[in-house]
Amino acid sequence: MSNYYDSCDLKKFGNITRTNKALGDKFFSWFNDVMKPGALSEREKALIALAVSHALKCPYCIDSYSSACLEKGADEAQMNEAVHVAAAMAAGITMVHSVQMMNKVDDLSM
Amino acid sequence: MVVDAQIKMLEGTTRSFGDGLPGRDAISPLSMRVFQVNVGKQCNQACRHCHVDASPARTETMSKETVDACLKALRENDGFEILDITGGAPEMNPHFRYLVEEALALGKHVIDRCNLTILEEPGFEYLYDFLTEYKVEITASLPHFSEASTDKQRGPGVFSASIKALQKLNTLGYGTEIPLNLVYNPNGFYLSSSQAQLEFEFKGRLREQYGIEFNSLYCINNMPISRFLESLVRRGKLQEYMDLLAGAYNPSTLEGLMCRHQISVGYDGGVYDCDFNQMLDLKSEQVSHISEFNTSAFLSRSIRFGNHCFGCTAGSGSSCGGEISHK
Repeated sequence: MSNYYDSCDLKKFGNITRTNKALGDKFFSWFNDVMKPGALSEREKALIALAVSHALKCPYCIDSYSSACLEKGADEAQMNEAVHVAAAMAAGITMVHSVQMMNKVDDLSM
Repeated sequence: MVVDAQIKMLEGTTRSFGDGLPGRDAISPLSMRVFQVNVGKQCNQACRHCHVDASPARTETMSKETVDACLKALRENDGFEILDITGGAPEMNPHFRYLVEEALALGKHVIDRCNLTILEEPGFEYLYDFLTEYKVEITASLPHFSEASTDKQRGPGVFSASIKALQKLNTLGYGTEIPLNLVYNPNGFYLSSSQAQLEFEFKGRLREQYGIEFNSLYCINNMPISRFLESLVRRGKLQEYMDLLAGAYNPSTLEGLMCRHQISVGYDGGVYDCDFNQMLDLKSEQVSHISEFNTSAFLSRSIRFGNHCFGCTAGSGSSCGGEISHK
């Protein structure tokens, strides 16, 4: 493999059904239903997807959901805030674990 | 960029639009309900996506003689139900009022494709009362409900002037008693989402933040013509955008393509199948000037097409009335 990530591979996402069509089809059917408007709008769902894309650091998803957010009517300010939420959560998750560290320190302290 | 170069550039990027048609009849003329007239290229704005290349510097404008030739065609052909006036900023044509009044006297429904900011320009204040008095339908450009996005595409200050104009139009009965529609086009190299989805977003945001009401949102894809084509070339995005359009080709849009239901007349009286063909100087077959308009000849013509037509057939389709197909 010359590159671990290739933007052209995004178009091959549908090929994941190759070795197990039944499960692959179920996944895409469920995925598409999740992204449909419901209690949340399509724009709001696209913004959540964009935040998750950053949190999980998926370049395919960042590519796809940056476009999707714009198509659904989100603007750059909203997208930026979504990424900040992802970043704040990631930082918060790290920091809240310091409670465990402090618990251990306290446990070991005289 | 000269039109021949534009056409050649588009032909070289992707498969031929014509090759995908099930037959020549797939885009044969069906009606001439809409008489769309482009009364000039002069505009108080110079938007980055404009396929007309309109701006304050343009001087091309329809003469009284050509306006009269349009009115004669409208008078003599019952098939025309709607006069759809576009530009540039159509209100900048000195014969705009005359055209509107005469067309209404002929019993035609009149649509003004308005950029909103012209209503706030000195010398054009009369338009609020004039358009209201005659209940002229307004189809207004507003590419986004955020100031930053709209101003990026249409110029600084456009959003605030547009909001002011929409609020005034609402007080005059537009959006409730008189039709007021908005036109969205993507602010970049991507396609429009579904019309229903974006209308939901626009209505919610404009009502909540500015107290604005409107009837429908029309979603239109950016056409790879003129200024938008130049942007694609400059950014090295032409191939990608044409692949996007051709990849989203939707044959169920063919039935409702605007070229099958309208005539498009240029400022000089030239007759075209649509405003996009007009900008590429692809004159209509059979009838090339409005002064020689003939219904049977016009309805028996072959509509001219090219790879720019992928812009109207991508996704849910795109027309002056917005989305074409829900399939």
